[in-house]
Amino acid sequence: MKWEQYPEERVFAALRSVLSAKGLVTDAEIFETIAVTERASPEQGARMVAKAWVDPDYRALLLRDGTRAAELLNITMRGAPPLGVAENTPDVHHLVVCTLCSCYPRAVLGYPPFWYKSVAYRARAVRDPRGVLAEWGTVLPESTRIRVVDSTADYRWMVLPLRPANTEGWSEERLAKLVRATDMIGVTVPKVP
Amino acid sequence: MPTLEPGAKVRVRLDWPEARGPAHIRTPHYVRGREGTLVRSLGEFRNPEDLAFARPAPVLPLYHVLFSAKDLWPDTRPEHDVLVELYGSWLEAL
Repeated sequence: MKWEQYPEERVFAALRSVLSAKGLVTDAEIFETIAVTERASPEQGARMVAKAWVDPDYRALLLRDGTRAAELLNITMRGAPPLGVAENTPDVHHLVVCTLCSCYPRAVLGYPPFWYKSVAYRARAVRDPRGVLAEWGTVLPESTRIRVVDSTADYRWMVLPLRPANTEGWSEERLAKLVRATDMIGVTVPKVP
Repeated sequence: MPTLEPGAKVRVRLDWPEARGPAHIRTPHYVRGREGTLVRSLGEFRNPEDLAFARPAPVLPLYHVLFSAKDLWPDTRPEHDVLVELYGSWLEAL
């Protein structure tokens, strides 16, 4: 019987026992990593964005040290690359891409969407960002300069979007529900439904 | 390798290591030989070009360098900017 014919749980258990016997990694470490990976989702990044919108001190920390700001909200960053945060303003809009592969701030946004990894997005985001944004229905004033962040090396980048108008007095929880992964990549901007 | 400060004008080396053999390069082709402005230091990291081949990897400074799209692709309309993470080993001060 070939290993492919065994149930995947048995293959996984066999692999774990070999790794453990060789002293490379324990079962506990593997299961902790699985739990951390499953917790990572855009809701984590959205919590950070919402807090930055209501708390100026947190906003300053987020822009200075994204990793520390994530940890402050109990997001596990151990083993993750350093997190950088690009702040949108009325004058500058950021769009994140990885032209070389698919670098993505997984710890705070989860798995990258399929199109983020596509050759078309990676090639076009740097050449024609306004054209890409238009296809997402995102039209920015001509006076807003677009800054494409090519995530080429050791950092991972997310966007701190502008807080939408007419959200005065909203709670962090309510604000967080407005923020999508696409807003933190920069192809869209958060809107009040 | 010079220490570079924010605001420094830099040129990315016009080099194609991938033409000389197996290589792992984190410098996009579209910035090689182009001029930009260093905007911030991002700290120090081990050279991925060596890490990828399990070679001893020296620590390199990593910088954020801002390019005008018209300096990368002269036909770009309208204008925008591209911000790229680049290792000091790829940069020449102007």
